[in-house]
Amino acid sequence: MAIIRDMIPAFELFQPATVEDALDRLAEYGEQAWVLAGGLDSYDWFKDRIKRPEAVIDLGGIEELKGIREGQDGLEIGAMATLTEIVRHERVRAEYKILADAAEHVATPQIRNQGTLGGNISQDTRCWYYRSGWPCYRAGGNTCYAAAPQAMNREHAIMGTSRCVAINPSDTAPALVALDAKMIVRGQRSSGAYDAEDFFIGPATDITRMTVLESGDLLTQINIPEEWANAHFYYEKVRDRGSWDFQLVSVASAFKTSGNTIDDARIVVNGVAPFPVRLDAVERLVRGASVDEEIAVEAGEIAIQGSRALKHNEYKQPMMSNLVRRAVRSVA
Amino acid sequence: MGRWLDVELNPWGQEVLQGVSLDLMWLAIIAALLFTVGHALWYRQRGFSKQGKVAQTQESVADLPERIVRHTLAARIFHWSMAAAMLVLLVTAFVPLLGLEFPWVTIHWIAGVVLILTIIYHVIHSIGWLDFWSMMSMTAKDVREGLGHFRHILSSKSPKPEKPGKYPFDHRMYHHAIIVASLAAVVTGILMTLRIKTPFWEPNEYYPLTDQAVSGYNELSEPIISLMPGAATGLVFVIHGIAGVSLILMVAAHIYFAIRPDKRWFTWGMIRGWIDREHYLAHFDPDKWSVADASKRESSHGGAIADSVVSVPRTDD
Repeated sequence: MAIIRDMIPAFELFQPATVEDALDRLAEYGEQAWVLAGGLDSYDWFKDRIKRPEAVIDLGGIEELKGIREGQDGLEIGAMATLTEIVRHERVRAEYKILADAAEHVATPQIRNQGTLGGNISQDTRCWYYRSGWPCYRAGGNTCYAAAPQAMNREHAIMGTSRCVAINPSDTAPALVALDAKMIVRGQRSSGAYDAEDFFIGPATDITRMTVLESGDLLTQINIPEEWANAHFYYEKVRDRGSWDFQLVSVASAFKTSGNTIDDARIVVNGVAPFPVRLDAVERLVRGASVDEEIAVEAGEIAIQGSRALKHNEYKQPMMSNLVRRAVRSVA
Repeated sequence: MGRWLDVELNPWGQEVLQGVSLDLMWLAIIAALLFTVGHALWYRQRGFSKQGKVAQTQESVADLPERIVRHTLAARIFHWSMAAAMLVLLVTAFVPLLGLEFPWVTIHWIAGVVLILTIIYHVIHSIGWLDFWSMMSMTAKDVREGLGHFRHILSSKSPKPEKPGKYPFDHRMYHHAIIVASLAAVVTGILMTLRIKTPFWEPNEYYPLTDQAVSGYNELSEPIISLMPGAATGLVFVIHGIAGVSLILMVAAHIYFAIRPDKRWFTWGMIRGWIDREHYLAHFDPDKWSVADASKRESSHGGAIADSVVSVPRTDD
């Protein structure tokens, strides 16, 4: 295991006041630049000395990245809005409760005070082989140490893998996919508005990244459209410690209903793949259906079709199945 | 090792071989571009490009049909299937590294399976239905013939070389190079595919008996590991990478010659199956690639003769 040290290697610190300044610095340093939001993922990397950027661009001074605003179509959340702000925001709690629930399940109050929505969804995987400095696929190497027969892989993926079996650790990511959020990215390579579903990428596309963000890119804003406001939501996160832990499996779902009939649905699971998994087959099953126990059970069974457990995470299959069943059952 | 091979440190500071570096891919791309542009300019400067029209030959054409089959339909199906698989493999291997990202792994190994099937088909077809050794053999006379041809290209003062048989020396050399590179890529590719999920097997990150090969036991009966964990994996990745960048060069050169105006008749031969009598007489030695015996058996489809009789045993061995 890597040893966390008090001193972090030296780097050039930039504290820009505008997005343009930040983008200029990112362009200047290229792959040697590191974007610092709340710092809760970054400082671990620095202290472990696994990541040694030449320049750190601290976004804390950029006002336009902060806060939650009313937009033309729903809410516009700055990437630097803290998780506590989201948890406490009146309209989020009233109309997009699934996001408030997900944000409230992140770590501890202290971490939520410091952690940002942009940082939470952009954070790197917590696979300990990767974070301990092993030259694995995700680190640019040629081996997944977590998938080896002797590996400790209790928390790893059961689907969506391609050589790498790490999972996406974000609590808010599945909620944003369920809400059909749009991620606004500015920068040199991936500039544009991405559906949340497309923002997260798997190892089959690029094994070294978890999102579309490349060096030189900045996630500036997350737009939550009106479309799914006030829907019937269900969020549940299962973790080892109820007080503070990453998810083992979580489900975030949004249903438009008439009575106990589901008119439309978006059901997303995280903690089971390198990206939040939208369950298209389950959505097709429940769309237009009256919810009863039978359809809830069937939804749970369909959800895990194609999954493949590693040596120590077989439990995730029934856990995921049960969470999806509960989500569908919640409509009844 | 430095620039051309990727080596990473594990948490204990040990160097672990990872594969070839991205620089090697760029080197291959640049070398391919330089070769094609350089060759085109040099050829133009030497005036070879103006020799578009086939020289009239005085040799008898009495026994020859107008169209001479060079590649059977079966051979052409192999060639184009193999070419498609190879292009898909190269695109899925290297284009994502250039920045155009897509889920390439599944497409890559499926194309690899197609390539393996085409190779198996080609080997069986060549041994059973074609003159296998006319493409594979390489005698001292062949080498002399090839060198004579090469000297003649480099210097106009050099004597005109003998005409070749059905497969000129440079074609056979290219074929051999492709065999080596493709087999290296296929064997290492299969080993790499063992580590990903396919319908054929469950993935396994370790290569038993190679990643941790036990070479013996010490006095405490503990196994002596002869290779570092990951060493065999790194070697497999290096060989696959070198084969891959070699194939960039070879495929680029092949496409370049295929589309050159003065070589296009070869390409049409691979598309239509036949070449015309004039090209046959101008570029090949009828004693080495004999078609006269069969010429009386003209096909009803355009007067071409069958490849199985075209490939009579070579007379130059």
